[in-house]
Amino acid sequence: MSATTHIPTEARERPPILVAGPIAWARDNLFNSWLSTAVTLALIYLIVRGIAGFLDWGVLHAVWTVPADAKGQLDPTACRDAKGIGACWAFIGDKWRFILFGRYPYDDQWRPAICVVLFIGLFVVSAMRRFWRKELGYIWLGTLVVIGILMWGGILGMPFVQQDSWGGLPMTLILATFGLALAFPLAVLVALGRRSTGLPAVRYLCVAYVELIRGVPLISVLFMASVMFPLFMPVGLNPDKLLRAQLGIILFGAAYLAEVIRGGLQALPKGQYEAADALGLTYWQKMGQIILPQALRLVIPPMVNTFIGSFKDTSLVLIIGIFDLLTTGKVALAEPIWQGYSTEVYIVLAVIYFIFCYAMSRYSRGLETEFSRTARR
Amino acid sequence: MSQAALQPDTQPAIVLDKVNKWFGALHVLRDVTLTVGQGERVVVCGPSGSGKSTMIRCINRLESHQEGRIVVDGTELTDDLRALDTIRREVGMVFQSFNLFPHLTILENCTLAPIWVRKMPKAEAEELAMDYLKRVKIPEQAKKYPGQLSGGQQQRVAIARALCMRPKIMLFDEPTSALDPEMIKEVLDVMIELAESGMTMVCVTHEMGFARQVADRVVFMDRGEIVEAGKPIEMFENPQTDRLKLFLSQILRGH
Ligand SMILES: Nc1ncnc2c1ncn2[C@@H]1O[C@H](COP(=O)(O)OP(=O)(O)OP(=O)(O)O)[C@@H](O)[C@H]1O
Ligand SMILES: [Mg+2]
Repeated sequence: MSATTHIPTEARERPPILVAGPIAWARDNLFNSWLSTAVTLALIYLIVRGIAGFLDWGVLHAVWTVPADAKGQLDPTACRDAKGIGACWAFIGDKWRFILFGRYPYDDQWRPAICVVLFIGLFVVSAMRRFWRKELGYIWLGTLVVIGILMWGGILGMPFVQQDSWGGLPMTLILATFGLALAFPLAVLVALGRRSTGLPAVRYLCVAYVELIRGVPLISVLFMASVMFPLFMPVGLNPDKLLRAQLGIILFGAAYLAEVIRGGLQALPKGQYEAADALGLTYWQKMGQIILPQALRLVIPPMVNTFIGSFKDTSLVLIIGIFDLLTTGKVALAEPIWQGYSTEVYIVLAVIYFIFCYAMSRYSRGLETEFSRTARR
Repeated sequence: MSQAALQPDTQPAIVLDKVNKWFGALHVLRDVTLTVGQGERVVVCGPSGSGKSTMIRCINRLESHQEGRIVVDGTELTDDLRALDTIRREVGMVFQSFNLFPHLTILENCTLAPIWVRKMPKAEAEELAMDYLKRVKIPEQAKKYPGQLSGGQQQRVAIARALCMRPKIMLFDEPTSALDPEMIKEVLDVMIELAESGMTMVCVTHEMGFARQVADRVVFMDRGEIVEAGKPIEMFENPQTDRLKLFLSQILRGH
């Protein structure tokens, strides 16, 4: 380019690191005035203090193990002495299997462990575009059947385990997976129904559903599902608590997701609908082949936002006594010798939730860039 | 205007009989009566807002009319969905803004309707699509996405996409008015070739050169009415109404 020839000599002789390197960036963004230098230094101080404080508590002064007596009873004195100074990771070391798997029989906990691995495998496979075919449905069905067999048992020499004893991470994954996997198609239908001009009854029904659900907190939906619902149902026709909570989560998530998807439908130019009509596609062909693929791509970021929200919202089943990850954490805290170490538990729970949510968020960003590369407008 | 000019000599492909349409209180089509014969090429022109798009969109029921009769290829357009399906298979449409499907490749744009509507095997549909892409002179773009093509190329794909359904009738709504001047010719050339192949065409356009070259008849609309219709030379050389005279003078000044 001719522009390079006009750069003054001294500028060209400057070391490039000062023009474009990290030092230059820091100078331009962090130290460009007295005020910003002061703020930067203050923040650096706070961050360093924070990290140092955490390392001090979480690593340097942490109690990693506590001795056990002859009967195998742990002696938490070391933790008690370190309280406020160092973290008691010994508590997590003792209770981690309870936190992860709840009251599931100890010797059979390999079963929910495999289920967690299967769930994660299912997510990874579903995330890869080259598996986006009809067979993916069968993979889901097959995996869910295997997970059901593992969790319940009762065959193949595995003792039967009641649903009431399930808990921890597998429970959270069950609630979230079914919650999202079933809320999504429901949300698509509701969003389409809300925009259908030909069927006013369907439209009013969808509007009523969305407005009703959005108007109440999830907690009350869960309460209704667990407490009020049985009152209305004839005796004997009473789906169990987990199923009811699951239904509540699905209905709740779908209402929010439907609004997000509706936004995508509205953002598509009218010409896309008309071109599909003019070619003679039926309503469902038009939606399935033309409208939804584009509308859903447009709303990936808010959709993933809703997904992440629903994933974390499953923890509200705590209040109706379902043993999800948060509940097992809280119950672990109730153990007499381990009372008072809530920080440690919540850090562990936060890390687990963060891993799943961050994975979703990264994945959505990846999808976005991929789509914008293949289908430039 | 003379009634005789509205009557073509072949068996009709499209019949509009006293069609009326309102958008709310706005009366956009007033007693529109027009018969298009098989293989006939009709160019529709008129000032902005005169109802040209609305009329042409009534023919494949992107808009529904409220009074009068529309018969396409022997089937009357009513609320009956099956009749609508039959008609839309036989009528192709090309829009001003192309309306290609941006998430599909050029080839997929062309094969979608044959595969889903005509239930054609994929391989056969692809072969057909490549044939038509050759006819509109862009077979080499088949694997690209619409966003990677120029406007003229996109409009030619849109024509090929409509032709892949092997329609009996093609509707064009100002196919060149969203294009840069240098791309207009490549699209018009494709349309001229199509006209010469004997396709029944109804074409809203202000390209008077195109009208002269291929149109059997020019229909002039103003304020929802067909004001004048006839052979292109008669219409342009010897306009009968003041409204057409005014319109022609504006068009010529604009070009
Ligand atoms: N969906 C609609 N709702 C309400 N009014 C409409 C709608 N579509 C068109 N109109 C109105 O109907 C009249 C005719 O519109 P139409 O698009 O058919 O005109 P046109 O002749 O195609 O004009 P142009 O050359 O600008 O495309 C205009 O006054 C327009 O504003
Ligand atoms: Mg128009």
